[in-house]
Amino acid sequence: MLNRTADNVARATPEPLAKKIRGISDKGLAWLFISPTILLLLAINIFPLFWAIYLSFTNYRANRPNEVVKNLGLANYRRILGDQDVWIAMQTTAHFVFWTILLQTVIGFTLAWLIDRKFRGHAFWTTIILVPMMLSPAVVGNFWRFLYEPQIGLFSYVISFVTGIPPTNVQMLSNVELAPWAIIIVDTWMWTPYVMLICLAGLRSIPEYIYEAAEVDRASNWRQFWSITLPMALPFIMLAVLFRGIENFKMFDMVNLLTGGGPGSTTEVASITLKRQAFESWRTGYSSAFAIILFVAVFGLANIYVKALNKVKQR
Amino acid sequence: MKSTWKLALGLASAITASTAVSNAAHAEDLTLCWAAWDPANALVELSKDFTKETGIGMKFEFVPWTNYADRFLNELNSHGKLCDLIIGDSQWIGGAAENGHYVKLNDFFDKEKISMDDFVPATVVGYSEWPKNTPNYWALPAMGDVVGWTYRKDWFSRPELQKEFKEKYGWDLAPPTTFDQLKQIAEFFQKRQIDGKTVYGASIYTERGSEGITMGAMDVLYSYGFQYENPKKPYEMEGFVNSEKSAKGLEFYKALYDCCTPPGASNSYMGEGVDAFKSGQVAMHMNFAFTWPGLQKDENVGGDKIGYFVNPKGPDGDQFAQLGGQGISVVSYSDKQESALKYIKWFANKDVQAKWWSLGGYSCLNSVVKDPKFPSSQPYAQAFLDSMAIVKDFWAEPSYAPLLQASQKRFHDYVVAGQGSAKDALDGLVKDWTQIFQDDGKM
Repeated sequence: MLNRTADNVARATPEPLAKKIRGISDKGLAWLFISPTILLLLAINIFPLFWAIYLSFTNYRANRPNEVVKNLGLANYRRILGDQDVWIAMQTTAHFVFWTILLQTVIGFTLAWLIDRKFRGHAFWTTIILVPMMLSPAVVGNFWRFLYEPQIGLFSYVISFVTGIPPTNVQMLSNVELAPWAIIIVDTWMWTPYVMLICLAGLRSIPEYIYEAAEVDRASNWRQFWSITLPMALPFIMLAVLFRGIENFKMFDMVNLLTGGGPGSTTEVASITLKRQAFESWRTGYSSAFAIILFVAVFGLANIYVKALNKVKQR
Repeated sequence: MKSTWKLALGLASAITASTAVSNAAHAEDLTLCWAAWDPANALVELSKDFTKETGIGMKFEFVPWTNYADRFLNELNSHGKLCDLIIGDSQWIGGAAENGHYVKLNDFFDKEKISMDDFVPATVVGYSEWPKNTPNYWALPAMGDVVGWTYRKDWFSRPELQKEFKEKYGWDLAPPTTFDQLKQIAEFFQKRQIDGKTVYGASIYTERGSEGITMGAMDVLYSYGFQYENPKKPYEMEGFVNSEKSAKGLEFYKALYDCCTPPGASNSYMGEGVDAFKSGQVAMHMNFAFTWPGLQKDENVGGDKIGYFVNPKGPDGDQFAQLGGQGISVVSYSDKQESALKYIKWFANKDVQAKWWSLGGYSCLNSVVKDPKFPSSQPYAQAFLDSMAIVKDFWAEPSYAPLLQASQKRFHDYVVAGQGSAKDALDGLVKDWTQIFQDDGKM
């Protein structure tokens, strides 16, 4: 009976398709199927990358296609690395990355820890907390611009109500000191839920029996948090930091919508400088070199970080 | 069955025929590219006459000012065929001519007897010529524009305010003729309560992203003695761009921003200025003249409540204003250049130009603006005429974009962010512009 069933299954199993198509092996067929994806990847990712590397050594300008393209060697790279404005933009970027990651991680983890308590209505509050993340950055940027408006903005009125400062003096986007914080607040408001989600996944992955064992050993809540919760959730927290770090290093939309890099150049992050050079000043060769420098910086930092993450996971 | 076949065949033929007719009609359609603003709506209205006369349909591609340069310069640089006609900004003319984006119009003008002498000279130099001050024409002056000022005539004429102002400053509250007077008026109105509402002195250009703060600051700097280069030695900028007088002009612009603008006005350009004036926030408002017809018609601040004045004089009595406006060109990548040239010929017609002005466009034709009835044709006509007589424009070099970005950064850093001094900003500008011209091989 068993043998008959096995024979039937064997008979019903189709021959490898490759045998039906003369001359193409299974491996060949596999390549045939994935080749469109590979070609697409080459066309829209790999080729532009190599093309940008080539352009970074030239004086090419996209708005002057008829001009002779000269090879400049490393001149673009030297000019960028010696440009004080570029370094200021990099410092501004580092400032944003540091503060947004710090705030999002602390608040995100705290929220995840609270949500993990599974209190009554926790599912509802989880959904509410996730709403900012689901909005389009364009929408978020525009409505926060109105909230920050010194004459009609709700934010200015709340600050005024709490501190007694007249609302017209709360110029979040026009004040050199406040403008960077205005962006940090919006980015934190929008992306903390994302960090919270990843942290929540980490907290939920901790087996319950470890806590039960700790209870048996009469470990305090504080001790449980430091010895179980935090170490076991750490790889997830580090992953969230990695994702947010990469995202915020190339932060563009929120800065562009809220301040456009101003007042002056106070909030001009590297991606805004890059966009201005590439699409407003049309210095294509120069901006390609700048993009390559940024790429190498992010790639290098991300690699170091991933190695650290792996070490933590192996512990 | 036969009748069914006949019906199907008939329908198919009808559809094919109608598609063919429709395609033929579309083949004649011209696409005109411009910014999305009030004059563009007037042009749509005006162009209906062209379609009526020639049977050539008109399509329009209007893009908001904030994306206008990016969108259309990309289109031209990629040799796109979207636009048959383009009303390009005055500063594009150098790049568009040198990169072959526009059709040179000299032969066409000669053939059709269109003379540039018939147009306001400043608009011919500003919108049509490249190189400047040479008879090489790449556009027909289409939309004259210049930065000027509007003010709240109704507030200025209140007896109690007039009395208080006279006591404080010693002269009658009236449209200013010098920048010092302008600042005094702005200070007088700043944070004043009028009809139970807090109002502010003036709305000025402070926008960072495109060209706003440059257009505004230059409007002051010119009258303070700023020059782009040594008149005797092109591209020599040291001592001209960063002269002591230029620095004083930039200091004045910052002082005006610090003392007398509405809160949060750190990124204002044309739209924000109009909003500030329309909402009754400001006593005076710097803006291009194209905004005036719309403001004149406004129910709350227009009519008898609004007045217009020319950009005031600097400390030495010099008086200039920032040129705006555009010329209309035929795109060299268009397949319909013949029809596009027909449009240019039609647009240059005296009657069409008169109608253009009446619809809200600013004609550059002498016969229109020098008509004895012109100054009284609109409340703002005289201010427009006087302003057009004193215009200066930004660089129109092929590298205008990086030149503009450099001034945007230097001016915003100083005026809005308060970094460094005016002299530092202008010295930095000389350094940036020198680098750009050196890269271009012009120095």
